[in-house]
Amino acid sequence: MGRKAMETLVGGFVLLGTLAVVFLALKAANLTSFNAGPTYTLTASFDNIGGLKVRAPVKSAGVTVGRVTAISLDPKTFQGTVTMQLDQRMQFPDDTSAKILTAGLLGDQYLGLEPGGSDQNLNDGGRIKMTQSAVVLENLIGQFLYNRAAEGGAEKK
Amino acid sequence: MTASDLLPTLGRVALSNLRGMGRSAFFLVEMLKQLPPTLLRFHLVAAQIHAIGNRSLVIIAASGLAVGFVLALQGYYTLSRYGAAESLGLMVALSLVRELGPVVTGLLFAGRAGTSLTAEIGLMKAGEQLAAMEMMAVDPKGRVLAPRFLAGIIAMPLLAAIFSAVGILGGYVVGVLMLGIDPGAFWSQMQSGVDVWDDVGNGVIKSVVFGVACTFVALYQGYEAAATPEGVAQATTRTVVVSSLAVLGLDFVLTALMFSAPH
Repeated sequence: MGRKAMETLVGGFVLLGTLAVVFLALKAANLTSFNAGPTYTLTASFDNIGGLKVRAPVKSAGVTVGRVTAISLDPKTFQGTVTMQLDQRMQFPDDTSAKILTAGLLGDQYLGLEPGGSDQNLNDGGRIKMTQSAVVLENLIGQFLYNRAAEGGAEKK
Repeated sequence: MTASDLLPTLGRVALSNLRGMGRSAFFLVEMLKQLPPTLLRFHLVAAQIHAIGNRSLVIIAASGLAVGFVLALQGYYTLSRYGAAESLGLMVALSLVRELGPVVTGLLFAGRAGTSLTAEIGLMKAGEQLAAMEMMAVDPKGRVLAPRFLAGIIAMPLLAAIFSAVGILGGYVVGVLMLGIDPGAFWSQMQSGVDVWDDVGNGVIKSVVFGVACTFVALYQGYEAAATPEGVAQATTRTVVVSSLAVLGLDFVLTALMFSAPH
């Protein structure tokens, strides 16, 4: 086989393989979903972050606007500090509240943002002040049982 | 063999195996040392990529398609028992990208390209071509072995990616076109569940590791083959067996490292 022909075939093979990797990255995985475009960083503190993980989506009105980038424990207030990166095009007012919600009933947890009505917007490095922690199932069950026991006691009287 | 011969024989076998392992380690180091100069003579590598990669395309693509078909069929029957038939795309993609792509491609690669490499090097040794090269002060490791090593490392991840991609398309053909799953659900579940770095990236890392292992075993067995027809035949058999076991063993280790630790 001539050298030119063989080099063409090898080039074709490498191109095919690269296209397969690109196909897998774009069509099969989630590469295109968010990474493009400039972002800005916000933080929020929660009493309990529940099952929130790094790279969990940040959604507003159900639409993904960012990702959680870091979770850490504040050693002074003992609250969980969540750092997130949001799409630069989405500006939120500075009285926005953040909640940790669950997708579906027992699915992955994500951060939900509810915008407030303020005129000022949060800047890069801003803090979301109003937060609601995740619902912890065990606490909920404990609360439920306690209420039932209290009701039972009240009925007997 | 009498009882008194048993212990010495055991010792001899153990020592010769250890020596073999040591020789193969030196061989691997020699290969790695020869990689930078080989990059400068890339036309040699390109010829080998043609022999190893292009010639494996048909079997890899056909196997990928078949595995994709079967995954979709079997997955559909099991998932629809729990009403989760829409997740078929996710199941097919994760199975292929994380495990089946690298592993099955590695096994096929060991069988197809590994045996041809071993036979070629073994026959070169039997025909005294390697010795003749050394006489001419041409290092056979750099001229003959290193280009094949580099070609194997380059070709394996590409072949594994082609396997996974064709498999996903095969799963699409069976799942959507034949079994009637909604195409939107097929792709969107897949895209939300397959992570580029954790799943596709780890699959690529696995296929590179398998490529190094299979090519190294094939070249070593060919280089160390006895210079007779039976020697070459035994070497090719050993290549397939050792490569396949290495791929499966490494897969277990890599999967444990990559996929069990929660992030």
